Amino acid sequence: MVDFGGWELPQQYTSIRDEHIAVRKVAGLFDISHMGRFKVTGSAAIDFLQSLLTNDLSRIGQGRAQYNLMCNEEGGILDDLVVYWGEDGFFVVVNAANRERDLVWMRSHAPSGVGIEDRTFELSLIAFQGPKAEELMPATGLDDLPYFGFRPGQVAGISALISRTGYTGEDGFEIFVSADRVVEVWDAILEKGAGHGVLPAGLGARDATRLEAALRLYGNDMDDTVNPYEAGLGWTVRLDKGEFMGSDALARIKREGPKRNLVGLKTAPGDIARHGATVRGHDRSIGTVTSGTHSFFLGYPIALALVEVASLRVGETAGVEVRGRQASAEVVQLPFYRGSARSAAAPAKS
Amino acid sequence: MAGRLYTKSHEWLLVEGKSVTVGITDFAQAQLGDVVFLELPHPGRKLDAGESFGVVESVKAASDLYAPVSGRVTAVNEQLAAKPELINSDPYGDGWILKVELTGNLPTDLMDEAAYKKSTETQA
Repeated sequence: MVDFGGWELPQQYTSIRDEHIAVRKVAGLFDISHMGRFKVTGSAAIDFLQSLLTNDLSRIGQGRAQYNLMCNEEGGILDDLVVYWGEDGFFVVVNAANRERDLVWMRSHAPSGVGIEDRTFELSLIAFQGPKAEELMPATGLDDLPYFGFRPGQVAGISALISRTGYTGEDGFEIFVSADRVVEVWDAILEKGAGHGVLPAGLGARDATRLEAALRLYGNDMDDTVNPYEAGLGWTVRLDKGEFMGSDALARIKREGPKRNLVGLKTAPGDIARHGATVRGHDRSIGTVTSGTHSFFLGYPIALALVEVASLRVGETAGVEVRGRQASAEVVQLPFYRGSARSAAAPAKS
Repeated sequence: MAGRLYTKSHEWLLVEGKSVTVGITDFAQAQLGDVVFLELPHPGRKLDAGESFGVVESVKAASDLYAPVSGRVTAVNEQLAAKPELINSDPYGDGWILKVELTGNLPTDLMDEAAYKKSTETQA
């Protein structure tokens, strides 16, 4: 067990390697109940969310979810989150470590008439991810559920909210279900998948799969000192929707161009570049590694690094600090791996 | 297996005359998680007890390996280069790391199995 944002999570149930491969080849089941879940209600809820988040909710509608950023006045990223437009309000799913800070921030900016309720502890969230997730879900009628679409339904006969989203790059579902029924849903999915290679998957497999898909992790790849353009998330910033928190600063950053950008690095087996490792290029220090791990699926270590803008191009060689010495790294195209997720254009986030 | 001794830094050693086989304990491999790489010395290298002789890299972190005795490396488990996961699956058998020819005496702070087990219970 490891501490993750104040929650005890298993690094692995059996083996990170087996769990990681299961997610890529069949499907894996993650308990992601640590993520914060807020319900935002009231007639002014949409205007409130539009004023606090960077993406444009008017581009989606009820039954759809959208990846979003919450920035401060300076354009620094406070959190990345997914907004679900429901029948009677919005669900906002945030990072575990930011839940309390986000709640304070959102409530301090909410006008009267907007309700923000923390539902984290009564509503559980599990994710079933992999190329065979749809086939092996104990639920029917999922084939017409679009990527980033969600709707109420039944999983193993239990009422749930089923969303076609995830954090692995694979097709799959995130399932919101009452905390007192989640164990039944969890067991039913594992039971149905048992003969097919489905495994429960821990934090190790989650980190490896999200990194292969180049999905950013808050606290590692970005924080409030990083802006969306540096993080490669400029596509979530809709300056044309009107003013919102951070929009002036973000317009300026976009005009002037970001000073850093996120690149993908590939290293030789054994050379795992860890978070914080120095990246060198052109005989000088040009940035740091934000996330790195060994990819059991690809067979070599991969890393994301935040470096001086345009200092490294795909195909070039950089130096990266590994165990106190400099190792060679190849700059590669992101994502490192494109899984079965239905649309590659809109990176998923859970 | 009878006769295995243990260090505080979670190496095990099996002493047969002057020959000492070294590995990391089951507790250590469980703490490290899936091992992906080992950086090991070449045969012939002289080690001092307590000296860092290599690195075991797991998905989680890189950890130093410490020589449990003073001696000269006589063999390195070549299988680990292609199959580092042997450290996880068989830490006391096929996952052995190296063999050392002992010079001098065994350190006095080595533990037997019961003492080691007790020491890990307070850390787990």
